[in-house]
Order: sequence, then C-alpha cells, then structure tokens
Amino acid sequence: MKFIGEFIILFGVWLLLTWSLAPAQLIAGVVISLLVIGLVGDMFLFKAGRALNPIRIFWMIMYIPYLIWYIILANLDVAYRVIHPDLPIRPGIVKVKTSLTTDMAKTFLANSITLTPGTLTVDIKGDELYIHWIYVHGNNVKDWSKAIIGRFEPILRRIFE
Amino acid sequence: MINILIYVLLFSVALCIYRMGKGPTPPDRAVTLDILGTLMVGFCAILALITGKDFYMNIAISWALLSYVGSIAIAKFLENRSFDE
Amino acid sequence: MFWDTAGYTIIVIGVLFDLLGCIGLVRLPDVYNRLQAATKCVTLGTAFLLFGLFLINGFGALGIKALVCAAAVLITSPTGAHALARGSHRGGVKLWEGSVIDKYAEENEGVD
Repeated sequence: MKFIGEFIILFGVWLLLTWSLAPAQLIAGVVISLLVIGLVGDMFLFKAGRALNPIRIFWMIMYIPYLIWYIILANLDVAYRVIHPDLPIRPGIVKVKTSLTTDMAKTFLANSITLTPGTLTVDIKGDELYIHWIYVHGNNVKDWSKAIIGRFEPILRRIFE
Repeated sequence: MINILIYVLLFSVALCIYRMGKGPTPPDRAVTLDILGTLMVGFCAILALITGKDFYMNIAISWALLSYVGSIAIAKFLENRSFDE
Repeated sequence: MFWDTAGYTIIVIGVLFDLLGCIGLVRLPDVYNRLQAATKCVTLGTAFLLFGLFLINGFGALGIKALVCAAAVLITSPTGAHALARGSHRGGVKLWEGSVIDKYAEENEGVD
C-alpha cells in the first residue's frame, strides 16, 4: 500500500515535469520512479490511509489561500520596515510552546512561521520552538505563542492529527 | 518594457554583491549566496517569458533545488558539525 | 487579454518585491534580520514572477513547469533559511546590539 502511494506521487511529479505523453517519456518515468523507491523509499513519511482522507484534503486546500494571504501581509510589513528611513525594528529571539505532536505538523508549522509576518524559526526542541522576531511585543511565553502560532494551530491540527 | 524588469533584477544582484563583498561575517555571505540562487530562478522566468521556450523552467527548477542543497551544506559547515550527521 | 494584463501586473509586483528584499539585505543590521528580508521578500517576489508566467502561458508545458518551480521555491526557501539561522547562531554569531531578548542563548548556555 505504501509502495503504491509512493509510486503514484513520484510518477505524478514526473508527468508534471515533462508534460508530454510520448511513450519514451512514460517508460523512463516508470523506470526512474521504481529506481527512486528502491533507493530511498524507506524515508517517506507517507501513510496512505491518513493522506487520502477527504476531510484532511479539504482542510489542506483551505489552508493554502489562508497561508498565501498571511504571506502577502508579511511581505508588506517587512517591505515597510525596510524602506522606512528610521528602520523601526526591535528584534529578538523568543520561545513559543506548541500543542501539535506529529513531526509532519511541526514541520508545516515551522515553515508557515518562517513565511509569515517578521518571524523566523531558529530551532525546535520537543514542543518548544525558538523564533527570531523582527518586532517583539508582549513579555511571556503565553503572549508570544498566541501572537505567532495562534492563527495556524487549529487548521494544522485538523489536517495532520 | 521587459528590459526594464531585467535591469531592476540586475540592480538587485548588484546590491547582493555589495553585501557579499562587505561581509562582515561568513553567514552574511552564505545568506547572500542563497538569495542569488533565488534571483537566478527569477532571471530564468523572465528569459522564458521573452523567448517562450520551456527548457528555461527546467534550468530554474534544478537551480532552485541545487541552491537549497548548497545552503544546507554551508549551514552544516557553519555549525561546526560533520557532514554525515 | 485579461490574463496577459493580470500576469504582467503580478510579474512587475514580484520584481519590485525582489528589489525591496535586496535593499533590506543592504540596510538591515545583522544576519538574522537579513534572513527575514531574504525569506520573505525575495521568495514571494520570485513566486509571484513564476505565477505571472503561469497566468500568461496557461496550461502548457511552460505554465505547469512554472507552477512546479514556484512550489519548489516556496518549500525549500524557508527550510534553507532556518538551517542558516540555526547554523550561524550555533557558530557563535551574536545578535545585533539593539535586540531586546535572546531566549535561545539564555537556555542553551554551555550545551554544545
């Protein structure tokens, strides 16, 4: 089951990259997909039963425009700070606590944090994330957690847990 | 019209090279290298827009992935760790 | 015609974001703040460029490859920035003197 899922993903990426249905391309795609599965197939973090659940796929599709909206806000924020003559920055590294447990969810959370307003993940230890913030406000772990990850956690929990 | 876009991107590259020369620490130069890789993907996109050929996108995809591998390797080196961890 | 106009508008916005990211690279004071400019402005600028290319060319080989490339840039760039930030902090690069707090250094003294 895991093997079939991996093969579908790899062959789909091959089809997108070549974008042609010539027999030579298809045969090369099958051979290369099997080769990749044989070499590094064990490393995939893929569970077919969970990834193909329609509710999770629905929330995943809802999450993408939500994230893109916050990425655009982040860019306007950073661009404003860059071109302002006085450089209004107040940087620092803060710590937040997350309640997500699976590795996949934490990876997505860290990448979402890095792409959104003025925050950059420096390290993850267990359920604690260290985050470089370009304009720190608030003064304890609870405030920081609410301000930085409060808007992503509910949706990520629906997708991955 | 499209030439103006190329000049703006070239000016961005010039700013990056200024930062790369000035430093002052090795991580600054590594960050600049990462950004230059991303800007090169942008150049490939504009060249594909002008010529209409799709092989520029193959170059862009492989450039993005290779630049990522390079950044990870430099980051490991900066951290004083061995490469096989 | 509409898609051409929309695509060129998005491409111009993307190039402007690239330029702002590089200005930030020159103006901001330390390596962590420069990484902020790099991961946000330059990544989104290039993703906008590729998305505009997709809007102009539609569902052909060029447009689909541009979308795949945008996805690759959006996934790999934050991971690379995270690795560089962690590497430079552990390698001993100090924060800018105007920084207000450094929890990571406080809680990891003498661990390495």
